Amino acid sequence: MSDAPTPMERFVQGILPENPVYRQLLGLCPTLAVTNGMKAAMTMAGAVAFVLLSANIITSLIRNILKPHLRIVIFTLTIATFVTIADRFLAAYMYQMSKTLGPYIPLIIVNCIIICRCEVCASKQSVITAASDALGQSIGFGIALGSIAAVREILGTGMFFGLRVLPTIWPDWVIMVLPPGAFLTFGLLLGAVNWYQQNKA
Amino acid sequence: MEPIKPMEAMSPSTLDRIKNNYIIQAWLVLILAFGFGALLAGMQIALSPTIEANKVNETLQKVPELVLGKNKADQLAQNNKTLTIQPKLIEVEKMGKKVSYNVFEAKHGDGKLAGWVTKAKGQGYADKIELLIGLDPKVKSITGLFVLEQKETPGLGNKIITDKWRNQFIKKNTHQSLEVTKTGAKSPHEIDAVTGATISSRSVCDIINTTIRDLKKPLLAAHK
Repeated sequence: MSDAPTPMERFVQGILPENPVYRQLLGLCPTLAVTNGMKAAMTMAGAVAFVLLSANIITSLIRNILKPHLRIVIFTLTIATFVTIADRFLAAYMYQMSKTLGPYIPLIIVNCIIICRCEVCASKQSVITAASDALGQSIGFGIALGSIAAVREILGTGMFFGLRVLPTIWPDWVIMVLPPGAFLTFGLLLGAVNWYQQNKA
Repeated sequence: MEPIKPMEAMSPSTLDRIKNNYIIQAWLVLILAFGFGALLAGMQIALSPTIEANKVNETLQKVPELVLGKNKADQLAQNNKTLTIQPKLIEVEKMGKKVSYNVFEAKHGDGKLAGWVTKAKGQGYADKIELLIGLDPKVKSITGLFVLEQKETPGLGNKIITDKWRNQFIKKNTHQSLEVTKTGAKSPHEIDAVTGATISSRSVCDIINTTIRDLKKPLLAAHK
């Protein structure tokens, strides 16, 4: 296929034009759940990056021997393995963060971003392309999580990465660290992204 | 003219039958499953000591606060002193079955007993609830309560982990069983239930009552 996206195209598309959260609207469950603090959001982005990269590379390596009717099973098997590795690694070396993220790390297995990239890119293109795609999408996911977490943490607790950035007289908007704040922040930022896209076109 | 007879299917050769077998077709799935399984088993062997150590550390870190109360524990930390914590396994025989309790004996630097912390597990509303109960040296009153693990309903039974609810248990006497009341605790052995989560509240009290009943004698004997 001579018109398939090149590795560089895949990488750049994943960051903003085809951002998994703001443009493809995938992986919204962890986006809403773990973004009440920057540290948790960045840990989740790192875990997803690891799983996405590994799953894409493995899937790309075996892409020629995949049977159509078993490919989803194999994607899920691969993703589950790497998520378990990431989960055990976090439990061993970042125990407090693993308890904060709780059930959302195992839930990366059903994160649509990963299985979507396996299906759309990794099972059809070479390892280098798949790896660039994974990196681009991971950076996009990280940017999306970071943007929402920044708003929620600063407005909700006056802190950024646990360091005080707003003066103590700031009345913490507690709703920002609760689920309604997640939906509000995400909705408004998504609206802003859509508005920007429309005006650009 | 005679209608065209439909072709009879050729009976599949053995090789074709093997190729069409569903399990054989899934050879890649099976190989990957074994491979990934081995990888995960290796990882578990490598990392489980670290993870267990993390869990034990988390429990040990809670002991001073559970035995002495938050203020004294903070004071201790500020003076750079620590309690020596000795884990013990206490086995109690109940109705013919042996039940073992993980108990931590906390001593001050001079060897004086500061108190006990025991892990206790029991059935909650949704799933098992695991608690850390702090007791004074003579097992006369509860000095602290911490919820290690629970899967109760978020927003309702979940509230058993809040400081406000758990603080009710501090200084409760052990000679009388704790009881849960919905209308505001009046007597010293009553605990105010979490609104909308009576069963979760009751489970916690039952776990505490059972544990104290089982451990009172063995703990007093262990320290003699």
